[in-house]
Amino acid sequence: MTRTRAIAALLGAAAVTAGAALAEPVEDKLTVNGQIEMTTWTEPSPVVDDALPQLISGWHFRGTETRAMQADDFDNPGMIYVDGAREAWDTVEGEAGKSCASCHGDVSEGMKGVRAVYPKWSEEAGQVMTLEMQVNACRTQGMEAEPLKYTGTDMTSMVALISSVSRGMPVNVATDGPAAETWEQGKELYYTRFGQLELSCANCHEDNYGRMIRADHLSQGHINGFPVYRLKNTKLNAVHSRFKGCVRDTRAETFSPGSPEFVALELYVASRGNGLSVEGPSVRN
Amino acid sequence: MADNVRPRVKAPRSAEAGETVTIKTLISHPMESGQRKDADGNTIPRSIIHRFTCAFNGETVIDVAMEPAISTNPYFEFQAVIPDAGDMTFTWHDDDGSVYEETKSIALA
Repeated sequence: MTRTRAIAALLGAAAVTAGAALAEPVEDKLTVNGQIEMTTWTEPSPVVDDALPQLISGWHFRGTETRAMQADDFDNPGMIYVDGAREAWDTVEGEAGKSCASCHGDVSEGMKGVRAVYPKWSEEAGQVMTLEMQVNACRTQGMEAEPLKYTGTDMTSMVALISSVSRGMPVNVATDGPAAETWEQGKELYYTRFGQLELSCANCHEDNYGRMIRADHLSQGHINGFPVYRLKNTKLNAVHSRFKGCVRDTRAETFSPGSPEFVALELYVASRGNGLSVEGPSVRN
Repeated sequence: MADNVRPRVKAPRSAEAGETVTIKTLISHPMESGQRKDADGNTIPRSIIHRFTCAFNGETVIDVAMEPAISTNPYFEFQAVIPDAGDMTFTWHDDDGSVYEETKSIALA
């Protein structure tokens, strides 16, 4: 066992440092349903101009067929979950006898632009709130219903629905003001090496994007496409599930989805993609 | 009936007589193969859609027998010649006896 691990560690290290195999992003243009033009390759925002020369959506790092799936809502399996959430949006739940629609009206009007600015500082809560936290705050306080599991299908589908109506709008999370402290904490986490492999987020997604990590392409790790429908597990995946998977792969004890650490990391990672279009639900492998 | 089964079809609203059009269909369904076991070791019973058909004005376009190896949310894309205006009906037959139906009208351009 120890020996297998040592070999695996060597392979992992070789993939990251030697980086012989290239997996360059493909030049292409993403237009969803022939209508929504996406910004998937752009100049970096001031937040990360020293870290990344160009902002490239993970979409460019995927294969031709996978990229095509995202270009049409019928072909995008993530939209199945969006349809499910559309029903949940109008469903009355909880003691207060309300549905999402009771307060927010039609989702495509009431939620337009929301995904683009989350995570966001909430004066009321006195902390940075992710979209998931906001959904559950609405459920527990507004609807007096049970909160949804943070990375469960119901929650992720709802986030996908809210995200889908902001597609094409640029990600624009605030990193200053009261959110600055959380943002700094997220940045610290991003550059901290974790686990037995001693890898930070930056080791892969900043230093080695465009190369192979074993059999997979390393992207810049933007989260503008979340929730993501992944072909490998045939379901929608939440941002914090992805974070957890990445930290686990460094062979570290991970933080929990919804934990303050991951909320801070989400804010920082989202800000690195400021300027890219909201793509969620996107399709990746 | 399996939960959250929802058929969807993408077909053109109109076509020229004799034109070949592309039809896309997808139905959300877990397609439980009957090969898996739950946490207690009991076999999860098979529950799949075993037949998919498409007919245009009553005439069969395709009739597909499906087996347990087909993935979740089966997707079919095929081409059909549209001889005349009419209704295209799609039916999916579930193992539990449910039949899901969808109809698309295609007009002549």
